[in-house]
Amino acid sequence: MSEARGVPARSRFGATLRRDAWWVEILPVVALLGLFAIYATARAFEGRYFEWGPYVSPFYSPLIDRGHRWWPFSPALLILGGPLGFRATCYYYRKAYYRAFFLDPPACAVGEGRHGYRGETSFPFVLQNVHRFFLYVAIVFLGFLAYDAVRSFRFDGRFGVGLGSLVLTGNVVLLTLYTFSCHSLRHLAGGQVDCFSCSASGRARHRLWGWASALNERHGLFAWLSLVGVGLADLYVRALARGQIHDLRLL
Amino acid sequence: MKEAVLRVFRGTADGGELVEYRVPVAPGMVVLDALHHIQGYLAPDLAVRWNCKAGKCGSCSAEVNGRPRLTCKTRMDSLPADRPIVVTPMKAFPVLRDLVTDVSWNYEVNRKIPPFSPRAGTDWKMSQADVDRVQEFRKCIECFLCQNVCHVLRDHGKKREFGGPRFFVRVAALEMHPLDGLSRTKLLKEELGLGYCNITKCCTEVCPEDIHITDNAIIPLKERVIDDFYDPLAKLLRKVFGRKRT
Amino acid sequence: MSRPYETREHDVLVVGAGGAGLRAAIEALARGASVGVVCKSLLGKAHTVMAEGGIAAAMANVDPADDWRAHFRDTMRGGKFLNNWRMAQIHAQEAPDRVRELEQWGALFDRTADGDILQRAFGGHTFKRLCHVGDRTGLEMIRTLQDRGVQMGFHVYMECAVTKLLTDGDRVCGAVGYWREQGRFVVFRAKSVVLATGGIGKAWKITSNSWEYTGDGMALAFDAGAELVDMEFVQFHPTGMVWPPGVQGLLVTEAVRGEGGVLRNRLGERFMERYDPEKLDLSTRDVVARAIYTEVREGRGTEHGGAFLDISQKPAEYVKRKLPSMYHQFLELADVDITKGPMEVGPTCHYMMGGVRVDAETAETSVPGLYAAGEVAAGLHGANRLGGNSLSDLLVFGRRAGLAAAERAGRTGPGAFDERQIDEATAEMLAFFERPDGESPYAVHRDLTETMQSLVGIFRNRDDLESGLAKIREFRDRWDRIRVEGSRLFNPGWHLARDLKAMLTVSEAVARSALRREESRGAHSRTDFARSDPTWGKKNIVVKRVGGAMELSERPVPEPPPDLKTILEAP
Repeated sequence: MSEARGVPARSRFGATLRRDAWWVEILPVVALLGLFAIYATARAFEGRYFEWGPYVSPFYSPLIDRGHRWWPFSPALLILGGPLGFRATCYYYRKAYYRAFFLDPPACAVGEGRHGYRGETSFPFVLQNVHRFFLYVAIVFLGFLAYDAVRSFRFDGRFGVGLGSLVLTGNVVLLTLYTFSCHSLRHLAGGQVDCFSCSASGRARHRLWGWASALNERHGLFAWLSLVGVGLADLYVRALARGQIHDLRLL
Repeated sequence: MKEAVLRVFRGTADGGELVEYRVPVAPGMVVLDALHHIQGYLAPDLAVRWNCKAGKCGSCSAEVNGRPRLTCKTRMDSLPADRPIVVTPMKAFPVLRDLVTDVSWNYEVNRKIPPFSPRAGTDWKMSQADVDRVQEFRKCIECFLCQNVCHVLRDHGKKREFGGPRFFVRVAALEMHPLDGLSRTKLLKEELGLGYCNITKCCTEVCPEDIHITDNAIIPLKERVIDDFYDPLAKLLRKVFGRKRT
Repeated sequence: MSRPYETREHDVLVVGAGGAGLRAAIEALARGASVGVVCKSLLGKAHTVMAEGGIAAAMANVDPADDWRAHFRDTMRGGKFLNNWRMAQIHAQEAPDRVRELEQWGALFDRTADGDILQRAFGGHTFKRLCHVGDRTGLEMIRTLQDRGVQMGFHVYMECAVTKLLTDGDRVCGAVGYWREQGRFVVFRAKSVVLATGGIGKAWKITSNSWEYTGDGMALAFDAGAELVDMEFVQFHPTGMVWPPGVQGLLVTEAVRGEGGVLRNRLGERFMERYDPEKLDLSTRDVVARAIYTEVREGRGTEHGGAFLDISQKPAEYVKRKLPSMYHQFLELADVDITKGPMEVGPTCHYMMGGVRVDAETAETSVPGLYAAGEVAAGLHGANRLGGNSLSDLLVFGRRAGLAAAERAGRTGPGAFDERQIDEATAEMLAFFERPDGESPYAVHRDLTETMQSLVGIFRNRDDLESGLAKIREFRDRWDRIRVEGSRLFNPGWHLARDLKAMLTVSEAVARSALRREESRGAHSRTDFARSDPTWGKKNIVVKRVGGAMELSERPVPEPPPDLKTILEAP
């Protein structure tokens, strides 16, 4: 169709008849993800202030080669690939960053003006298909972080509760919700089964799938909460380690 | 009586313009009522598709103030009254005339999908638990609003490579049918271009039947394609234990 | 003068792509015929998608006591014994197989705990008999049939309307139509033609029918010399929406009452106790529609002239699961949450029991080579149709029509027609553009629907019907003067002008048949003949074109054989 008067052309960037401020939708995503990326990068390279008392920053856990015997750089760089990969290939974050950073599309029914779109059919985005392997890694990480959380209740060999214990525990809870609401997990739990009622295992997996589905409906919410949570947990440990604040001892 | 101003696209594939009409507003009126008023009193040749006028047939799809909608379910009182209501045809399909577009491409895509093929020896017993998941997909009324809003079709015009959300919903209904014995993952990957979908969810946002297209149809299908094509571990397990998909 | 047209050739041409048309096409394909399906809308949009409640079939999944005999008896009783008994028998016997077939083609019905097809109660059915998918059974059915047909390879001519049947002597051998899209003409040559065009509801003002339901098939058959029967029996569904004005007439499924919904008047009385103390809200549609109408007329109606229908006593989750589209329909269009408060409902023109007279076994009309199935055909429902019997009708007789049409195509050659027939048909279509000035088709249509609503509605009498007929004659004259603006390219005004012709034919047939039947029976209620008359109970009224004019005659209702009579007489 040649351009009609009053009707915007097909694929000019931002072309739309929408009346609302569509770009407002992506601003919080740009701000939050951007902020987190900058903070996380800086922290990953910092290589210091990741421990205080029984607390370990989730950015640095599990802590590998703390004595720098064979790895001269920040130990966070050894492990951050796991959680980073999990989030980067997450179905929810994909939606968020394709819209907010790649403007592909910037919003529904708003023009893109880009050409040569290949979606997730070719490199690099075809790699999104490895998401389930990052899920496996993420579950392992949950184990480390849960261990850290338990350990955070032991002060010099005795049980205690500090604000940091609660922060690290809350972090694990949020990360668990995020991990177990994963689309890939939902599929593996039971989504791949066609007939639930055909076998006893099918019936069991229907129940698992039901739980995973219920969590999955809030996957986006858990993604944000756990992102903020992990960032704050690290910030808290860092502030303690630098002596900027004192841990509030509750018990 | 209150009046509304509509600016409706009038024209063909060769071009056209927005024409202004004034329409009296009645309580509970929808945009399609206004279009009918225009036909009945102001422009008898205004081309509009519609059938049931109850949101059940999916004929009256168009864009109201830039948003893909069923005009029979878009209440006039839900739109800002201070500015004219702009009604344009679906953008992803060629205009035939006024608000009517050529949606025949969708029917061609549909033909590529192998039909329901029951597994041999079934006794046709199905539990509601199995049927529930598929019934969500069977709610689809083929309004093609998801196809229209999908940027892969709307902005990138990948009509040759890509099947679009409507047909992922259809394939999902077949793949998850408790008694179906075929696998359509190769079709999804190679012919319907499932990989072009970057799950940005506009299809789900516009679906008038509230089908969770992305979360319940597309992503589970992507996972099934991964099972068959991108997961060496699953492949190995299948080799060892034999293919088992029940 | 000959105008350009394209030609398509098939063994069997099916006009209409609702449940009956698609089922006929599938059967004809299965018999090896080449099949063309013509439909006015896009494929899959036919009115069948609006069917909500379910498909009546005595499968006995929920009530083991049910069987075809009970279904047969219910159908005949509902139809006040004016039905063609053989059609009612075939229908009751074959419906379960037709439903199973749908399932084998991929339809997914709601299930019982044992994994069978779930069935629900409905008005006039003794047992829980309606196989359903929530409240969108019609959509499930049409999508299943559509996919099946596409896979089997029928040829669909979408957005194409047939304006005239071509005849060779007394047999039908094709049809003339036009593409709604470009306005070009097309001629179909076919050895047999199946009409599956649905009903006539668009001739009434308050209707649940869409623009397509303009009586095309009945008018085409009538023009080709076929007999119409039972034209006085127009079903007003008791529950259509009454507010807001834009959705007036929109259907509220009987499943609301099937699932336990209760009717009340403004005073809060369950008024059905007065009209049918036994079956109450699940009485037959004619009874409930008249009851609501009477309540409103006697001043006990709701604010907007209807009755209250309340399902809010059921748990909200149950209502949303069993009646999802009703829930959304009222929430979005009327701002009413049906899980919390009552709906306002009133009668709406819904279904045509009458139509083209057909043979029970083959669905062949009185014109050789012409078949009819579904709402366009008559006989199965008699004076009143039971809810749920329509979808099963489409399947049972759609299949039989397709089968017989394909068989006929196998044993006859293509007919020959003279070009004059095509010339006449195309000239008539173009005349609308050629008049220098004239009336808008929309104005004539508005007046026709007002007339049919007020003078040929739920309650009728001689004076009203006579003045209605006089008006219809006026509308005919006005139709001759209609002028269409614009081009032939997708021009709804033009389409309406041609649909109006069919509506005028069926409107006249309805009004004249209603005037002739001097009694009240089923959906036909005469205030001047308020009782049923046993002599009229043995007669059908037949309408036929004789020498260019419409003529009525009476014909005895066929007597069922003794064994079936015994079934009917059972308590």
